Amino acid sequence: MTTRLLEIRTGVLSKNDQLAATLRRRLQDAGILTLNFVSSPGSGKTAFLERTMRDMTTAGMRVAALVGDLETDNDAQRLARSGAQVKQIMTHGNCHLEADMICAHMADWDLSAIDYLFIENVGNLVCPSAYDLGEDLRVVLLSVTEGEDKPLKYPVMFHSADVAVITKLDLAEACECDLRLMRENILRVRPGMRIFEVSAKKGAGIQSYIDFTVEARNHRRI
Amino acid sequence: MHELSIAYALVETATQAANDSGARAVTVVRLRLGALSGVVQDALQFSYDIATQGTLLEGSRLEVEALPVIIHCDRCDRDVALPNIQLFCCPVCNAPSAKIVQGRELEIASLEIEDDNPTA
Repeated sequence: MTTRLLEIRTGVLSKNDQLAATLRRRLQDAGILTLNFVSSPGSGKTAFLERTMRDMTTAGMRVAALVGDLETDNDAQRLARSGAQVKQIMTHGNCHLEADMICAHMADWDLSAIDYLFIENVGNLVCPSAYDLGEDLRVVLLSVTEGEDKPLKYPVMFHSADVAVITKLDLAEACECDLRLMRENILRVRPGMRIFEVSAKKGAGIQSYIDFTVEARNHRRI
Repeated sequence: MHELSIAYALVETATQAANDSGARAVTVVRLRLGALSGVVQDALQFSYDIATQGTLLEGSRLEVEALPVIIHCDRCDRDVALPNIQLFCCPVCNAPSAKIVQGRELEIASLEIEDDNPTA
């Protein structure tokens, strides 16, 4: 019996990463822009997606969504009202989505009938950051009710995102949220990040976010 | 707490590499862990003992090299380490930068294995 050193330099999540890379190519080849939405529970991901998917579908855009939750298909039912293709991914306790779950749940979809794929990750600002789902852009949501310093408390997730959306803008005054400080804190952990401020309920900021999404698909850049 | 998932992925990746080189057992796993990897070292150590049970890695030691974030500062034109991950600014000149040089690592650097190969 001998002991020896084996240099391998391999990513721990290389299996997920390879699957995600293959999926990204497949989705891009089909002309689909894919967004991965991450946030803490209750930040308004589903309400935001409900609103944007309804508006986009009404404007004739072909939208689909995969929704991750530990249990229940309540969110998928809400999003399906937009008329879009929606499927629930129940993780049964798993705190994040992985690329193989995305592949399995869209296996029977006709990709040529989709222009935009929205993946609503499990509400969790820690675990989903490590898992590439094959998305083009990662969107982090933060509601005005959560405190201005949340980006500083969860810098890994905020840093891993490409775009930030501040939600529940209609409650900002009631919560005495300092929006300027919230934006500053986002930019501290991710200099140059594009930030939107929206109210899914009142519609404020939704159109400019949709314009950005359309632009991103047209040019495939941030 | 996704460290258990990470630990299982680690065991799978390491087992494959060890099998490919004919190892009978793995005694040490060396991991490079960036400050932006989203993985908590203590939680991973705890999960490691669970995930390695009944595998080639059972009883092995996990050695973690913690890597700070290094950004490239355009203004100073050099790479600088960040003292914390709450502020992505050059600690020398204060210019903001999101150009990550190091800090996202979550990779197995090497394994120490036992095998029957006397020539190795």
